[in-house]
Amino acid sequence: MSFRLLPKSAFPAWVEHVRKEHRVLAPVPHNGAHRFVEIEAPEQVDMEYRTTILPPKKAMLPVRESLLRFSTDGGQLEAASQPGPTAILGVHTCDLHAIQLLDKVYSQGFADQAYQARRAHTVLVGLECLSPCSEHSFCKSMGTLSCPELFDLHLTDLGESYALDVGSDQGAELLIGFEGLLEPQPEDYRRADEVMNEKWSRFSYRLEFEAAELPSLMGVSAQSDLWEQLAERCLACGSCNLVCPTCTCFDVVDEVDLGLKNGERYRTWDSCQLAMFATVAGGHNFRAGRAARLRHRFMRKGKYQLEATGNLGCVGCGRCAQACLVHITPVDTWNELHRRQPQMAQESSA
Amino acid sequence: MNALLQSAEASLYLPVRARIAEVRPLTRLEKLYRIELPDGMSLQHQPGQFVEVSVLGVGEAPISISSSPSRSNGAFELCVRRAGDVTSALHGLVPGDSVGLRGPLGHGFPIQRFHGKDLLFAPGGLGLAPLRSLIQQVLDDRRNFGKVTILYGARHPSELLFTEELQAWSEQPDVEVHTTVDRPDEEWKGNVGVITTLFSKVSFYARNTVAVTVGPPVMYRFVLMELLGKGIPEANIWLSLERRMKCGVGKCGHCQMHHLYACLDGPAFCYAQIKHLEEAL
Repeated sequence: MSFRLLPKSAFPAWVEHVRKEHRVLAPVPHNGAHRFVEIEAPEQVDMEYRTTILPPKKAMLPVRESLLRFSTDGGQLEAASQPGPTAILGVHTCDLHAIQLLDKVYSQGFADQAYQARRAHTVLVGLECLSPCSEHSFCKSMGTLSCPELFDLHLTDLGESYALDVGSDQGAELLIGFEGLLEPQPEDYRRADEVMNEKWSRFSYRLEFEAAELPSLMGVSAQSDLWEQLAERCLACGSCNLVCPTCTCFDVVDEVDLGLKNGERYRTWDSCQLAMFATVAGGHNFRAGRAARLRHRFMRKGKYQLEATGNLGCVGCGRCAQACLVHITPVDTWNELHRRQPQMAQESSA
Repeated sequence: MNALLQSAEASLYLPVRARIAEVRPLTRLEKLYRIELPDGMSLQHQPGQFVEVSVLGVGEAPISISSSPSRSNGAFELCVRRAGDVTSALHGLVPGDSVGLRGPLGHGFPIQRFHGKDLLFAPGGLGLAPLRSLIQQVLDDRRNFGKVTILYGARHPSELLFTEELQAWSEQPDVEVHTTVDRPDEEWKGNVGVITTLFSKVSFYARNTVAVTVGPPVMYRFVLMELLGKGIPEANIWLSLERRMKCGVGKCGHCQMHHLYACLDGPAFCYAQIKHLEEAL
């Protein structure tokens, strides 16, 4: 292992250094929680943060993103302008895994230039997770507690300083002209080993089975009674989708100015849990039942996304469990399906 | 993956401006639009594919292409039912107005696989709009196909689409056409009843027949029962599925049913491919 050392005392200066040429998003305290926001001063950054309300996905897939600008007479019609350079500081490993999935979703098949342009202009500074974010996180079960090869820079908290790994040329560029880095000493390497070894036991496996079994479990769970049982309390509010780092569905809306001459077409996050999500103009709803919509979401997370991209659609961040007002969680749902699996298999063969 | 109109190189979501050359009212709710692409562009579609049509300021809607590639000549036709915001706005447009276009999108019908087969087309209502593209293509290449039978059902005589063309097809010696309506008016002299009542009027050699049916969800259940009951192999039954779509390119998630996307894997599907998927039918 070879890394550079970024003393915490030099961290604010480095953040300022990055800010010279980048919009910097970082975890900032907000009403007892944290969120990724564009910072104006290094002091705002709280690298001790647990989780954030919304995932850093919003930098690459903004809640509202302009796709086109047009004049309503059709005289002018152009794709939205290119984004500027952005650096996201302190991205947890689960969120890095989620971004890896987003990258695949938006490049497979038809390449989505709007996403790719933002992504290409985004530098990811990862942060090694050393203790669980919340009672809801289950990254260890989902295999997302170790960092994927996606970061541009990666920080590991050694106490007085960060071990800094460089993952790409884009990452290395954030260090050019910055004088505050140190060469690690033997005790720093020892400390880094300790930190990495000690972290694992702080996390627990919360699924009662291997995540690799999820696709096959979901494959036999389509007819489970559990979906109707969960649907009895699901509010179909879409909060789970809203906070999910791997949800990619969007709506597309036209908006015109008051003079009705010029307008913008934008996309905005959408939720497969909302009643009208699959309703066509004639009024037919192809997924009218709440249970069917719940099932669809869990199928996407546990099966479809894996089949389509090679990545599971859930990274175990626990945000949806935190956000759900009626305590429907992926851990409880999947464990319950797993407990019922022998019964389901029996019924489907009978 | 088919080639899209060239605006897609800049952005998947950037439409090409196209001109409405002709508008023909078909029924109370449906109009037929002839759309011309800018010079040098051609749609190069397959029967069964669709385009995303923009009315800038209102939105975008997926509309299946109603004319065949064999009759394109730089223009193509869309049959549009007034059903939502975008289609209502479209109904207000006149020749000379422009619309935005993205496409052609999705998978159409694999027409090469139909060569040498007897073809049974069973559209219901607006389902004739996408099927017309395939029927025209088949009739323009008639010698490559066996018997051609068209069974068309609508709720009411006033809702029958393309009646003149149906008449012309029925006058062709090598095409058999039967039409039915659920509720007749005083002038209706044809068959009365749902589309499945037409099946007893025709005979076909099931093992060599490809059946293509397009219609509302409720129709599929009964038509499929009929087709399977006649012994047509599951792999020879094709249909087209309507779904809500926003992007048309497999990203927005609205048209997903199980692991399939109607906009990418369809809208034309083989029955054998989707029969196990309860969200499909």
